[in-house]
Amino acid sequence: MSLLEVDDLHVRFPTETGMVEAVRGVSFSLGRERLGVVGESGSGKTITGRAILGLVRKPGQVRARRMLFDGIDLARLDERGMRRLRGQRMAMIMQDPKYSLNPVMRIGRQLTEGLRLRERMSPAEARRRALDALEAVKIRDPERVYDAYPHELSGGMGQRVMIAMMLIPGPDLLIADEPTSALDVTVQAEVLKILDDLVRERGMGLIFISHDLKLVSRFCDRVLVMYRGKVVEEIAADRLDQARHPYTRGLLNCLPRIGGPRGHLPVLERDPAWEEA
Amino acid sequence: MTAMIEIDGLDVTFRVKGHEVQAVKGARFTVGEGESYGLVGESGSGKSTILRAICGLAPVTGGTIRIEGRPLGPRRDKAFASKVQMVFQDPYASLHPRHTLDRILSEPLAIHGIGEHDRRVVAALESVGLPASFRFRYPHQLSGGQRQRVAIARALMLEPEILLLDEPTSALDASVQAEVLNLLWDLREERGLTYLMVSHDLAVVDHMCDRMAVMEAGRIVETLERPDLLAGRFRHPYTRKLFEASLAAGG
Ligand SMILES: Nc1ncnc2c1ncn2[C@@H]1O[C@H](COP(=O)(O)OP(=O)(O)OP(=O)(O)O)[C@@H](O)[C@H]1O
Ligand SMILES: Nc1ncnc2c1ncn2[C@@H]1O[C@H](COP(=O)(O)OP(=O)(O)O)[C@@H](O)[C@H]1O
Ligand SMILES: [Mg+2]
Ligand SMILES: [Mg+2]
Repeated sequence: MSLLEVDDLHVRFPTETGMVEAVRGVSFSLGRERLGVVGESGSGKTITGRAILGLVRKPGQVRARRMLFDGIDLARLDERGMRRLRGQRMAMIMQDPKYSLNPVMRIGRQLTEGLRLRERMSPAEARRRALDALEAVKIRDPERVYDAYPHELSGGMGQRVMIAMMLIPGPDLLIADEPTSALDVTVQAEVLKILDDLVRERGMGLIFISHDLKLVSRFCDRVLVMYRGKVVEEIAADRLDQARHPYTRGLLNCLPRIGGPRGHLPVLERDPAWEEA
Repeated sequence: MTAMIEIDGLDVTFRVKGHEVQAVKGARFTVGEGESYGLVGESGSGKSTILRAICGLAPVTGGTIRIEGRPLGPRRDKAFASKVQMVFQDPYASLHPRHTLDRILSEPLAIHGIGEHDRRVVAALESVGLPASFRFRYPHQLSGGQRQRVAIARALMLEPEILLLDEPTSALDASVQAEVLNLLWDLREERGLTYLMVSHDLAVVDHMCDRMAVMEAGRIVETLERPDLLAGRFRHPYTRKLFEASLAAGG
């Protein structure tokens, strides 16, 4: 049985200027594997992730034929049940660390709060677990960062703190939303290795949202390509260079290369027909 | 080549709770007029801090920063703002959420007592490829790429000669990144701007810059010219690691 099953998911937002159809009939299933979700900004990647975790805020409307997590029907869960799942079995690394870290609370307290409340761990042990997690994401001086406030961290450090925070409870399903967009490739490689180990050794299911096609093709098993709220292509990750959809192909051409030609990079010419694919 | 920016032995030290964080240690490099200079390096290595120090937003504890040969004192005046502008790493946080683009773009004009507000705001939107009809929108009504265009437009309002660009495209997907890099390329050609550009992406820096400095743990460990990079002529192990990982990543 798969870990997660999503069948015909729709998310829409009523706004002053009409209805925004953010997700329009997305279906997929996830095993204990690394599933990539790519697509340009605004294509519905983040909202899909938030909908699975029950994190779409009002006035947003979520509707699906079925959403099953490990046999649990997510549509029937009340807010309390959902919150319990989110704390322990499912987690999401948010795209923007500035939004998910509390600006007036020290990092250490944010990392240990769950451990002390849910797992009734002693303060000393919780601290040790948190420091280990910071070290695992290659924070050079974990002790200082433990005592720091979010504004004292660089962009990439904030992102790594977020990752550490989500990994501490050891979830079965992790949705990582652009988790390495602020990291240089060397640190990125370390972070990916942590995620990879969790999938291989602990059997975690990973949804890896990214706008970086090359990264996803190296790191994931399977890739969904989203365009305007729909999945327009599903492809084995190592065959992404053979993608058929013009949007996917176009994206690959836009990237600069070391030693590549200078001046203008090719940009994507969007075609309204892609929406119907 | 006239030196536009000279960073000479720069130290930046943050003091928190009794201990010190030496974010930048003895940084030294020069950026010529009309040049694009790249700062690459490990996350947390001090790249953003150097840009912030130039703007007077970080505690400088040693060394000198010179703009067009003149050393900067502890304060940045209005003349500085019309010469040097910064585009920040975080496109969400850097635009006021409850101000319209009109207000965001005209604020620098008001502060500097510059007239013709209407004409200049419309021209600024046009120069970054946004329609004039966007003038009364709010930042949350824009996509990430459009927001980054607004941040660039705002930085250009006072017609500066130098732009400090902190990860201008890292939050953007590949197609939008290409659009913003093309915009920066054109603006530099049209206006002869000087860029100091931070990026964690070696391919982006290689595309835009002829020279670059590589940072690790607060220090500049190596400076390179573009052909050195392509030919693999570098000495420091961190540079090699970054280069190899970038090639493996398809850069
Ligand atoms: N306000 C502050 N108070 C204390 N320490 C700070 C502050 N701002 C930055 N630092 C520290 O200075 C160091 C350099 O930070 P900086 O933001 O320059 O890194 P960066 O090279 O831009 O990294 P990234 O690529 O992750 O953005 C980090 O160790 C950071 O924690
Ligand atoms: N609270 C909201 N109100 C209205 N529209 C929204 C809201 N949140 C997201 N959207 C819209 O939904 C679409 C998908 O957004 P998102 O999932 O964040 O895209 P991305 O693929 O970049 O992660 C976008 O068009 C976005 O503007
Ligand atoms: Mg998103
Ligand atoms: Mg930075």
